[in-house]
Amino acid sequence: MSEERKIRVLVAKPGLDGHDRGAKVIARAFRDAGFEVIYTGLRQTPEMIVSAAIQEDVDAIGLSCLSGAHMYLFPRIVELLRERGADDVVVFGGGTIPDEDIATLKEAGIAEIFTPGTSTSVAIDYVRTHVRQRA
Amino acid sequence: MEIIERIRRQDVRAIARLMSLVENNAPEATAALKELYPITGQAFIVGITGPPGSGKSTLTDQLTKEFRRDGKTVGIIAVDPTSPFTGGAILADRIRMQQHSLDAGVFIRSMATRGHLGGLARATGDVVNVLDAAGKELILVETVGVGQDEVEVVKTADTCVVVSVPGLGDDVQAIKAGILEIADIFVVNKADREGADKTVTELQAMMGLGPGRSDWSPPILKTVATQGQGIAELVQGILAHRAHLDRRGLRQMRQRERSRALFLELLQEQGTRRLLERASANGTLEHTIERIAKREMDPYSAVEELLAKAGL
Repeated sequence: MSEERKIRVLVAKPGLDGHDRGAKVIARAFRDAGFEVIYTGLRQTPEMIVSAAIQEDVDAIGLSCLSGAHMYLFPRIVELLRERGADDVVVFGGGTIPDEDIATLKEAGIAEIFTPGTSTSVAIDYVRTHVRQRA
Repeated sequence: MEIIERIRRQDVRAIARLMSLVENNAPEATAALKELYPITGQAFIVGITGPPGSGKSTLTDQLTKEFRRDGKTVGIIAVDPTSPFTGGAILADRIRMQQHSLDAGVFIRSMATRGHLGGLARATGDVVNVLDAAGKELILVETVGVGQDEVEVVKTADTCVVVSVPGLGDDVQAIKAGILEIADIFVVNKADREGADKTVTELQAMMGLGPGRSDWSPPILKTVATQGQGIAELVQGILAHRAHLDRRGLRQMRQRERSRALFLELLQEQGTRRLLERASANGTLEHTIERIAKREMDPYSAVEELLAKAGL
């Protein structure tokens, strides 16, 4: 039987900021790249994001955070994925993230951080090359 | 098979993974579906369909809340369209269902149509079976926003809820013909808007024109889903329809129809595929087509010959 594999990505906005323009731009860019994008809207807790990611069996989670709480929220999501045995999901982030935070976030298991001004095609290529190869 | 055990234990990851395999048409999906099939057929399946923006997701969310209050476990399948140009999709129905995202008694899965027509994805029926096997008592299937004849949900659901809203234009344009005929329950959502009563009257008039299908007359219910208005009545309507199906033995009849459709569809799909594989061996298919094009052979004999070679 032929296999018709699609890349599925959850685009999520953890935390309390109400600006989802960036998240919507990346969601559209992913769709136009042929991905299936699950968009869950604003003000998500890490628990909600991880629960959705597991039910939707996504290959990657893209997090957008403009509130400054990324140092708590992003690592917490990676931690919850690990707890639930889903650490093969690639987690990347974007938004207003100071350069000096990036190394710490990567240490915590965030695979990549895209800072403002990054072209959407960079994020698309990143997802294509880094999602798990699986049956 | 390990995955089967995990699904029966309601392991969320295993359920989600099997759904992906089913969607991707992976060979191991068929093996798992074979094993699970005997324990399916337990869930009650409600289809929710209607035009884009009519409030299907919000209604699904509110129905879930109501059934959860009753202690029922709920599975939700929300279908959104795949872009025919890029093959991608934005699946955003979960936005309206956030209140259930941490409830272990609710499993929500978004599906893209992946080019399938009719309002559902090709694999929706199989994904329903996975949720059914995982013990979800009620399964809500939300179609893509549909127009007039995307009525495939009727092949999947026990009860079909057709949603309309006031102000869609003359004579409930958006839900005439096919979609009108599949409704077991009509919902006029956003009923706080002007024209709601007119929409109800028009639906009543159109139903009066159609041939009566059975002794079930679809109720027309007004809701304001965003405020939870009319949801209790909708639940009552669904339960009443379910009781009607049980009383008249119609549920078995619908299941039989569904089994027939599923079997014939699989037969057609696999039969055609195998015959084509056979016909394509050593480029014979192209050769035959070439001969038909040159009028050296007629297509009728070509088909008969191929089937005869396959022993049919």
